[in-house]
Amino acid sequence: MEKELWKGNEAIAEAAIRAGCKYFFGYPITPQNEIPEYLSLHLPQIGGCFLQAESEVAAINMVYGAAGCGERVMTSSSSPGISLKQEGITYMCGAELPAVIVNMMRGGPGLGTIQPAQGDYYQATRGGGNGDYRHLVYAPATIQEAADYVQMAFDVADQYRNPVMILADGMIGQMMEAIEWHQIEKRDLPAKDWATTCTKGERKPNVINSLYIDPNLCAVHNEHLAAKYKAMEENETRWEEVNTEDCEVLFVAYGTPSRITKAAIRLLEKEGIKAGLFRPITLWPFPSKALKKAASQDSVKVVVDFELSMGQMIDDVKIALEGCRPVSFVGKAGGVVPTPVEVASAAKAAIGR
Amino acid sequence: MTNEIMIAGFGGQGVMAIGKTLAEAGMKEGKDVSWLPSYGPEMRGGTANCCVVIDEEPIICPIVLEPTELIAMNLPSLLKFEPTVVKGGTVFVNSSIIKEKVSRDDVRAIYVPCLDIANELGNAKVANMVMLGAYIEAMGNLGTDTIKEMLVHMFTGPKAKLVDLNIEALRRGAACVK
Repeated sequence: MEKELWKGNEAIAEAAIRAGCKYFFGYPITPQNEIPEYLSLHLPQIGGCFLQAESEVAAINMVYGAAGCGERVMTSSSSPGISLKQEGITYMCGAELPAVIVNMMRGGPGLGTIQPAQGDYYQATRGGGNGDYRHLVYAPATIQEAADYVQMAFDVADQYRNPVMILADGMIGQMMEAIEWHQIEKRDLPAKDWATTCTKGERKPNVINSLYIDPNLCAVHNEHLAAKYKAMEENETRWEEVNTEDCEVLFVAYGTPSRITKAAIRLLEKEGIKAGLFRPITLWPFPSKALKKAASQDSVKVVVDFELSMGQMIDDVKIALEGCRPVSFVGKAGGVVPTPVEVASAAKAAIGR
Repeated sequence: MTNEIMIAGFGGQGVMAIGKTLAEAGMKEGKDVSWLPSYGPEMRGGTANCCVVIDEEPIICPIVLEPTELIAMNLPSLLKFEPTVVKGGTVFVNSSIIKEKVSRDDVRAIYVPCLDIANELGNAKVANMVMLGAYIEAMGNLGTDTIKEMLVHMFTGPKAKLVDLNIEALRRGAACVK
């Protein structure tokens, strides 16, 4: 397969089309505008629909409607816009509707800035909406991964009847890299016999709803959802390990910081310090067991968590480690990206060098 | 061999296009490439820059902090990024609008009157291609034929007549390198 040069946002949009997405509803915001721009041109060409809604709230409810009809549908936004979509996301989890939601994170809180950040980790993994719900969160670190995981996200969403989020930072959206278009691994997907398509008088109407007014029925529904989330934890958790064997310093980072970390690891190597990287690819489910295993090696003196935030994933790192190793933090929020030298220095400080 | 290139200038000078052409050419020659733009509330006349990495090995980090080459299309870019260039690196200066010289003596300086040459060719828009021609001649990391082939693909239909102009711009830029 020949390599092609793609911008992150455009690769995500093209990946959605290749995955059979025919509907997109959204509202403009930097740094993800190339996604709707690309789809506004290409979706009509394949008989799909691109619609710029009057607001993010409207857009996510349009996604709810299209997903309810059994169609593959996507929306994308950046941090403040994703905040507005939280109500729709919890409703979709409650009503078990598959869709793909892209968050190209920028600095916050509030309107913040348009530069890359990772301050929405809590919102993405804990749920910014109400109720006991979960959804998968993929955190691509390269344009290749963004293209692959967007395609996979549509399948995973259909398999579990649940929204899936792609969580990247503005840098992944804006940069260009050479990628190959892969045929992603085929999954056996269930028929969408729950969709509110026309009954043609041949079956009872389907109802899509997240209202279970009888508490007993609502409790049963929650148990059903919990079983589904457990299956996702067992089957869909992903991570990458680089140089972790016998490492002295174990970095944990996702997205753009994971790439800066790889440069920091080279700097440390020159000073005789063996450092490795544990990179969660799914932020929920968090790869806790694998992280604990990597950190429990005798060689590991310290775990260094690196984020473009003031420290959010670090909570999951600490939960995973169960106190087995000291955890230190390096990071900046608000759109400023630390350098490999700064990250390497933080690691040296953590081991007292 | 790794080239970490910082390309900077005013918005509208074709800074992003120089970077995209370099990245695309590197990819066509089987190298790993990345292109990372500065983005913000940008506008024509404001400052713009992008960094390109071209590597024989898989690229570790796409962010360029210490470029091996700097292409400065305007004075603010030269002042801002000259100190960041690695020792022994190369600085390309658009001498049509930058009258200052490179102040460091541990880098190679190449002066290219991009805009003057472009105007001589009758189209100010090809100033960036003049600079690209100088870069390729000086660095020798990418084949001129690769770029020419790309230009043929880039300019089709009514724009096909621009191919020769751009190739001439590349040639004139290359001639500035001694």
